[in-house]
Amino acid sequence: MIDHMTYLDDMEQVDPAVMLEIFDAVERYDPAKYTRRDVIRALDSSSPDREDLGALLSQAAQPLIEDIAARAMEETRKHFGNSVSMFTPLYISNHCENRCVYCGFNRDNKIHRARLDHDEIEEEMEAIASTGLEEILILTGESRKMSDVDYIADACRIASKHFRVVGLEVYPMDSDEYAVLHKAGADFVTVFQETYDPVTYERMHLGGRKRIMPYRINAQERAIMGGMRGVGFGALLGLADFRKDAYATAVHGGLIQRKYPHAEIAFSCPRLRPIITDATVAPGDVYETQLLQVICAYRLYAPYAGITISSRERQGFRDNVIKIAATKISAGVDVGIGGHTGAHDKGDEQFEISDGRTVNEIYNAIKEAGLQPVMSDYIYT
Amino acid sequence: MSDKLTIGGHEFTSRFILGSGKFSLDLIEAAVNNAGAEIITLALRRAQAGTENILDHIPKGVTLLPNTSGARNADEAVRIARLSRECGCGDFVKVEVMRDSKYLLPDNQETVRATKMLADEGFIVLPYMYPDLNVARDLVSAGAAAVMPLGAPIGTNKGLCTREFIKILIDEIDLPIIVDAGIGRPSQACEAMEMGCDAVMANTAIATAGNIPQMAEAFKDAIIAGRKAYLSGLGRVSDRAHASSPLTGFLRD
Repeated sequence: MIDHMTYLDDMEQVDPAVMLEIFDAVERYDPAKYTRRDVIRALDSSSPDREDLGALLSQAAQPLIEDIAARAMEETRKHFGNSVSMFTPLYISNHCENRCVYCGFNRDNKIHRARLDHDEIEEEMEAIASTGLEEILILTGESRKMSDVDYIADACRIASKHFRVVGLEVYPMDSDEYAVLHKAGADFVTVFQETYDPVTYERMHLGGRKRIMPYRINAQERAIMGGMRGVGFGALLGLADFRKDAYATAVHGGLIQRKYPHAEIAFSCPRLRPIITDATVAPGDVYETQLLQVICAYRLYAPYAGITISSRERQGFRDNVIKIAATKISAGVDVGIGGHTGAHDKGDEQFEISDGRTVNEIYNAIKEAGLQPVMSDYIYT
Repeated sequence: MSDKLTIGGHEFTSRFILGSGKFSLDLIEAAVNNAGAEIITLALRRAQAGTENILDHIPKGVTLLPNTSGARNADEAVRIARLSRECGCGDFVKVEVMRDSKYLLPDNQETVRATKMLADEGFIVLPYMYPDLNVARDLVSAGAAAVMPLGAPIGTNKGLCTREFIKILIDEIDLPIIVDAGIGRPSQACEAMEMGCDAVMANTAIATAGNIPQMAEAFKDAIIAGRKAYLSGLGRVSDRAHASSPLTGFLRD
């Protein structure tokens, strides 16, 4: 098998400084060394540093979750007021060339593959736009063959007709390719690192371009270099030591903000969910308390960052976490292919969702929480 | 008593400019009414929404001050401002140019550039800026209708951290000086007005209050009180008592 830490010849390389600093920081991070006093100090800090972040993510912080949530809520309201953004993801292809042992799209899995063509994308987007949403997130499986850059660019152009904000969650690419997609109307790129632990990363990603870890870690930098307005980060919590992965994710976002101060930063907080082809894949030790702890730690360490709460989580959790720390919530979610019109030969889902509420239902839930649903917070200039 | 605030040839009685970005939309009307505000800012990026439009929640007769938030440079600010005019938001524009996602501090240089371009196009331009006298003078030359220095980083409620520099702008710049960002309490708004600021803008402090209409009113009263104090001429403040003249008493011997 190919070395997961070596770039392939055709991959664009950027300055490794950010990646090396993340690795170095995580290596020195020991979640077990913190005490209650460290956590309280972190809560008292007006600008928490990495030590504070480490304390907030430690086991010692768990009993203080109520205080942590209160501080997180304070920061969220200060930076975002009452606003909660809404969006929906649209999977346009589930073809994938990677072999990730935890993922439903794994190329070895015998699932129903599908790829929407131009007209089908148009129809799906029309159906989504008719629900009142103004922000869309376009997703593909990681197949450069079945969903090449031109194909994604076409989807972005269609999306720009129907939506004000177009985000991408597709395979990592070179900065000139990101530039093509930016020109086509996309402005935000999210890449889930899954795990920042090189040993676990190697064990989980057996084949495909995703196996090359540095290319993935540096994707956000290349996206910004390609002109994207903002970038999103996320570790798949539960894959490795979630405390270390959450720590690395926050440090990563912070370093990119420092290097590119104009870039908007956002975090996603996916937990491992059951997948249709492997009943043993489940979110190990990341229960809701731990997940909330991670989300609040992100908020306190990076109060300026957006935080997205996935439909992987149940209604009760999501409705409460938007009061505390999350600033963006998906609605009317269908993670299969062609699910919004129901007219197409549907491709299988990547994972199961827990909150299948419609756009209207989520809208009303935000209102009931005393918050303001925001459909578009942005002008593509 | 006729004490009007004049911006770009338009007269206002209220010296309280309300921000709207952090509000629940259905509370905006009550906030505007209780604040007695005649100007409300809004982010154009929000004003275009199809589902629930902020413009439907703003009482008639209130002057819209659309801002260019989201702009990272002057050219983007100009594009947003033009869009705003096309959307029927009027000729007022608050220039906000930021290329810092963490503190949201304004980029003074690009702000001057955007102000010049927009003033040339006939906009009434109110630039949000970091209080720097040279930049404020450049903004005057560029055609600004008022200058909006920040009191503290936006959303922090820290008050007049830039007090001394805003004071210099008040002394040296002939345009209205409107403190924008950082004002977290009515007492801070009052202090800004006592100092001689022409108006105060606030958003977070009111939007995140427990009782929004009541907090809006508290700010209104504080701003009126501060203005009255300024117009009355504040008494001298000293750290020591002045009971006698220990140094020069001999002159009367």
